Amino acid sequence: MKTRVVADFSDLPIHGFRSASVTWWGTLAFMLIEAAGFALVIAVYLYLMNLAAIWPIDAPKPNLLPGTLVTVILLVSAIPNYLISRWAEREDLRKVRVGMVLMSVLGTVPLAVRAFEFPALNVNWDTNAYGSIVWALLGLHTAHLITDLVDTLVLAALMFTRKGNTSRRFGDVQDNAMYWNFVVVTWLPIYGCIYWIPRL
Amino acid sequence: MNEAKPDTRDSELAPPALAAALAETWRTPAGLWGVLAAVDHKIIARRYIITAFVFLALGGVLALLMRLQLAQPEARVLSPDRYNQIFTMHGTNMMFLFAVPVLEAIGVYLVPLMVGTRNIAFPRLNAFSYWIFLAGGALLWIAFVLDMAPDVGWFAYVPLSGPQYGTGKRADVWAQMITFTEIAALAVAVEIVVTVLKQRAPGMSLDRIPLFVWSMLATSFVVIMAMPAVIFASTSLILDRLVGTHFFNPAEGGDVLLWQHLFWFFGHPEVYIIFLPAVGMVSAIVETFARRPVFGYLAMVMALIATSILAFGLWVHHMFVAGLPRLGQSFFTASSMSIAIPAGVQVFCWLATLWDGAPVFRTPLLFVIGFIVTFVIGGLTGVMVASVPFDTQVHDTYFVVAHFHYVLIGGAVFPLLGGIYYWFPKITGRMMSETLGKWAFWLIFVGFNLTFFPMHILGIAGMPRRIYTYQPDMPWYGLNMFVSISSLVLVAGFLVFFVDAIRSARVGASAAENPWDAPTLEWATTSPPPSYNFAQIPVVNGLSPLWDQPACLMVASGLRTDRRELIVSTVATAKPQVREASPRDSIWPFWAAVATSVMLIGSIFTPWAVVWGSVPVAVALIGWFWPKATPEDEL
Repeated sequence: MKTRVVADFSDLPIHGFRSASVTWWGTLAFMLIEAAGFALVIAVYLYLMNLAAIWPIDAPKPNLLPGTLVTVILLVSAIPNYLISRWAEREDLRKVRVGMVLMSVLGTVPLAVRAFEFPALNVNWDTNAYGSIVWALLGLHTAHLITDLVDTLVLAALMFTRKGNTSRRFGDVQDNAMYWNFVVVTWLPIYGCIYWIPRL
Repeated sequence: MNEAKPDTRDSELAPPALAAALAETWRTPAGLWGVLAAVDHKIIARRYIITAFVFLALGGVLALLMRLQLAQPEARVLSPDRYNQIFTMHGTNMMFLFAVPVLEAIGVYLVPLMVGTRNIAFPRLNAFSYWIFLAGGALLWIAFVLDMAPDVGWFAYVPLSGPQYGTGKRADVWAQMITFTEIAALAVAVEIVVTVLKQRAPGMSLDRIPLFVWSMLATSFVVIMAMPAVIFASTSLILDRLVGTHFFNPAEGGDVLLWQHLFWFFGHPEVYIIFLPAVGMVSAIVETFARRPVFGYLAMVMALIATSILAFGLWVHHMFVAGLPRLGQSFFTASSMSIAIPAGVQVFCWLATLWDGAPVFRTPLLFVIGFIVTFVIGGLTGVMVASVPFDTQVHDTYFVVAHFHYVLIGGAVFPLLGGIYYWFPKITGRMMSETLGKWAFWLIFVGFNLTFFPMHILGIAGMPRRIYTYQPDMPWYGLNMFVSISSLVLVAGFLVFFVDAIRSARVGASAAENPWDAPTLEWATTSPPPSYNFAQIPVVNGLSPLWDQPACLMVASGLRTDRRELIVSTVATAKPQVREASPRDSIWPFWAAVATSVMLIGSIFTPWAVVWGSVPVAVALIGWFWPKATPEDEL
């Protein structure tokens, strides 16, 4: 087919941040999938609770301490997470490196506390349906913590190599920070569900 | 390798040199490496389509075996156990390994071409998706050969599929096959959403998107919202069976109906995941062969969006006999009937387009007419079974079997076959035969109606579905024999279609760029398209670019030829924002798929497979994302 040139794009940038980046949209789409998953598991929790005569079924209420500690750490981590996103936008390599190390630590600590959260549920996954659904909720969120921690560690390592100092990598840091926000925000309804609904 | 000097722009090269430079940059390497590492959306889509049609043929063989068994009372062709496996395999295979993948694959092939870009968003994820789909299909069929295929029906109701009754690993194979195919489908959905939102040709604002692309966008959102439900369902089923959770065990606070809710919250939208892309194909075909743009573009887009939202409010109509509260039943009856409104809007818009146009009755349009007739019949019985008293009568009978085959074959397979006849020249560079096409259409159309219409009557006469035989004193004998004989006509039609496709791919008449004089961008490039799709990115200023400017395609210049580059544009108005890089071939998606398959299949047998299996998955993903020394990874 014959063509006629009507525009010239040679001056367009070769990488965009946030909504000008396909990776950002891809991350958003995966967040939508996972949010649908979380919402559904919470719905199943409420469904099973609605069926049960007493809730929790044959188990003491979960202990508040480890879960609340995780919540506090996650909320605190949102502050450096916000800062690292801004540093990445300014392409400040030195600060981003410091920030990635800090976020690696702040990803590991809640996971360590999470190890104490499972026993604090005071019920096993195979005790009854209540045990199954709270383990499913906590397990699903833990899978997200682990995934984002591995992502953060790899990206932190990458930022210390020669390949770190490119716009594309700074974009990755931003997308990773956005995903961490998602992991923090989705924890709040799950925390409320596991620890506070039985206390209502 | 690539000897082009860095930062060469397309405007510096004459057309032949430009094509050569782009071909070098975008080429898929030859040999085994190229096969395993390819990321070209057209190559992946072609594999997807061919694999899905192989599964269609296999599923058809299973259907024939069932018809052979049911032709006469007390037949002994299949044992009851084998029959259970076969009807489960037939449904599972057709839904998860044929219908959804083939329609998504057509989207993978066409959406990037229709929106005027060079590859799909996340091409490596696309490659990964295909390998995962293939592994899931292999899992199911290898299990069938080993006599451990699922035998619990394609919706695997508990308690039959639970630990108490579903002994062995058959139900686990079903559940894990679900995980495979849903991961594959979700990956494609994400790619299509991002391709449509962000990679549209400059000027292709929301109101200039072809209807097929709209339908794929709507479908992808339905996939994203619906699939998590079935992944959670199948995972919790495996957990109940493997580690003793109690999600579906009423003795320990679980609930059997919870399974039905979870399955149908996915399962009903699944029908629209299959139907919406087919509707998009119908719009594309009607437009081209009626020789005018589709009547009521805005109404059509709204109908697509309305259908994809309403799809989530209908699932309980599969559970009318499960003993639900009266109010719930009334609500879901009303919502089930309401979906007939957007469906009706679309049918009337197509009819108006044909009425006002100058229809050319080539094979693709024949299949569309067949679709309209068949789908309307299926829609009418759909309104019937939406009513609780009627549904209570015919639930689990052949009436329902007839209804959903009318909707699924009529609503999706007819448009799909029309779509294959329509886009075959673009994909292969060769035309299919009009003569054989007409034969295939009439044999399939007549064979289909003779096979499935009598099933309505069998259902009303009380014949339950899923029975492996019936006694001679039942009044079903004659009609069953008639149905079985008619199914041979249907099979003959499919054989003609397959012969035509295989023959035409080798010796068909060669196809021009735009053999049907169609209006959308996929016809603005050669047949088949080059690896880079378009030598220069098209610029769009109307809904039917090739009809608005028949002589000449408007394009943009300034992209690099030594780097895989495409245009990222704004969501609403498609203003160009970035010359974005598109990834090169990579072997890592293949390894990631192998590692994921090992983990998923291992977890059928031991929960620890999730722990040790996740390590190779992580390694493969790190290898995948670690930057390589290519122009695409710079800056």
